[in-house]
Amino acid sequence: MADFIFTHSYLIQAFPLLSFVIIGLGLTRANKDIVIKVALVLSALSMIYALLTALTYLVTVIGQPQLYPDRSLICFNLAWLNFSQSLTADMGIYLDPISVMMIVVISVISFLVNVYSVGYMKDDPGFNRFFPLMALFSFSMLGLVISSNILQMFVFWELVGVSSYALIGFWYEKPSAVAASKKAFVVTRFADAFFLIGILIVSFYSNSFDFKTLNSPETAALLNTNFLFGSLSVNLLTLSTLLIFAGGWGKSAMFPLHIWLPDAMEGPTPVSSIIHSATMVVAGIYLTARMFPLFAASETTLAVIQFVGAFTAVFAAVIAITQVDIKRILAFSTLSQLGYMLFSLGVAKVVADGHHGATLNPLGYSAAMYHVFTHAFFKCMLFLGAGSIIHSVHSNDIMKMGGLKTLMPKTYWSLLAACLAIGGVFPFSGFWSKDAILLAALQSGHNFTFLVGLLTGGLTAFYMFRFFFLTFHGEARSEFHDVHEDPWMTIPIVILTVPTITAGLLEHFFVSQVTVSTFSDSGHFAHPGWLPIVASVAAFCGIILAWALYGRGKVERAAVLQRAAGSLYPLVYNKFYIDEMYLFITHKIIFRCIATPIKWVDRAVVDGTINLCGWLLQLAGRGVRFAQNGQLHFYLGVTVIGLITLLFLGK
Amino acid sequence: MSLSHFITLSLILCAIGVYGILTRRNLIGILLSVEVILNGANINFAAFAHFKAADPTAGAIFPIFVMAVSACEMAVALAIIISMYRRKKLLDVYHLEELNG
Repeated sequence: MADFIFTHSYLIQAFPLLSFVIIGLGLTRANKDIVIKVALVLSALSMIYALLTALTYLVTVIGQPQLYPDRSLICFNLAWLNFSQSLTADMGIYLDPISVMMIVVISVISFLVNVYSVGYMKDDPGFNRFFPLMALFSFSMLGLVISSNILQMFVFWELVGVSSYALIGFWYEKPSAVAASKKAFVVTRFADAFFLIGILIVSFYSNSFDFKTLNSPETAALLNTNFLFGSLSVNLLTLSTLLIFAGGWGKSAMFPLHIWLPDAMEGPTPVSSIIHSATMVVAGIYLTARMFPLFAASETTLAVIQFVGAFTAVFAAVIAITQVDIKRILAFSTLSQLGYMLFSLGVAKVVADGHHGATLNPLGYSAAMYHVFTHAFFKCMLFLGAGSIIHSVHSNDIMKMGGLKTLMPKTYWSLLAACLAIGGVFPFSGFWSKDAILLAALQSGHNFTFLVGLLTGGLTAFYMFRFFFLTFHGEARSEFHDVHEDPWMTIPIVILTVPTITAGLLEHFFVSQVTVSTFSDSGHFAHPGWLPIVASVAAFCGIILAWALYGRGKVERAAVLQRAAGSLYPLVYNKFYIDEMYLFITHKIIFRCIATPIKWVDRAVVDGTINLCGWLLQLAGRGVRFAQNGQLHFYLGVTVIGLITLLFLGK
Repeated sequence: MSLSHFITLSLILCAIGVYGILTRRNLIGILLSVEVILNGANINFAAFAHFKAADPTAGAIFPIFVMAVSACEMAVALAIIISMYRRKKLLDVYHLEELNG
């Protein structure tokens, strides 16, 4: 039975693909009801099969540690590309704790978002176009997480990029949406180029694409050589892992490649919801976790991951405080939470002097994956809630909202749970996962990162409740018409409160089971009892501050503070002018100093050479044409004269 | 009557033919001139066969061949000329220059 389920686990992926093909090719002009039925049924089937696989996995693999010591199995494999005798790229399905966790998260969220979209996209002319693209998106992401080798992962990685491009630019008649989709595609593609180079280096040296081989200590030892790059000595392991990580850097929108994510909210809200929770941005974190044993072999790479994560966490949180667009606040909070996950992976290297008896701490890895899990649910819900608010209020600006508590009670209570979860309040899920992350940082001795995490926790609570109070409390700051709650939209939101509140129960499971199998020597780490209290205090400080400033849905007190901050406020409000810097660099420097001369060379030199060739040939042709004048006498005369000339010359 | 007389005659006929082709503007005149050139060549064949060849039969057969072939050629050429005349109502080669480059 278990074997049967595992062998057919490709079905998880096949259902969304089928949905994409059926609706995308056959039902583009069909009735809405049929499209809804096909999309929901296939999405539900995929979810059911994913849950079934997860259950079987729990019973068979986790339940029998003696049979599966590294808790992983390849349940489907076929050779795809034979590059050489020793190097083959396979297509396979690889189940281990993180991939099983991800298929559950993706398929459940994808199903709920599909249900939600039925309500949200109801009046959209592109209704029939939306569902196949969503199916393609979940197909690609599911394929990405169950890939058994890095090349297969790269293929799906790019598919995720393409489908997100199509979905962000879904309303293609809006120039801002087109610009946002282009931005997302170009930025992530830029990072993917490095990823591909990294894959090439690693597979060239290890002669394999398989995650199992790549993550083995042998590969790390093989790569751990220095070579001279000019006068600079470069460690190959560090270089290749950093290159691979660069792919995740762009996909997970870490600073300074974060610019695409806040703009990606130009797409319909269900798309933002799925991008920010289960697909796309999580791919970068997932890649880092997938290649983690190899990354962990290089101290520099871990330090970079940790630094980038921690910086993005606090950077995005600071920006989120000043934003007024509801989806932008959530987008920056995603960035901040992704930073959390990333630095949690980066703190695996133990700094202290070794009395723990270990050099690597596996807790950060488990905590990051746990946070991916909990974050997916509450962030999905926050976006869905924001979507239904936007749907009723017809505005993204929280300054124009207020007083929605009585008008949208179900959304109010659900979002309260989500805000408490993301703020890290006991006993909501976010509390447990953030606590685990902070604990990991503290245990490994990265005190500065720990403090950054703590600060970010406080900031998160503050800006989430700023958003919450401004939206729901006080009095309405503009006229609302026809505010209602569509059951298609509220039901998924209400369902999502269940994992948001209860996912904390899984903490022990994640810490004990979702670990890196190659980290055998997990030493003994301290478990400070004061940590949850400190984290809660930080969260409550944020909430109380938010209440003090915005509690009654008033903005006057905040406006005073805003004036007091002087030029700091516009700096933060404009996202530290990072976008403008990019524009400056691309337009003023790259376009003007590099692209313009290259364009000149192309137009003048390359095109000129080609034109010259053509011109010379034309000239020669004109000479030949002159001889071909069609006059019989001319031909014969030339022949006779030529003959006579030859006769005389021959003498 | 020696071989050189015949060669001179064929040369004269050939020259007349070439002159005719070069100066005539009428297609039929050009065709006639071509025929004159061919007959000049025929005389050459016959003369060499008579004076030089061990077996004169082979040399005598060649002019017959040439005559047969040129008769066919004439038939085709005249057919072309007639259809051209029907179409264009003119046979002046100065004005028939559609094949220029």
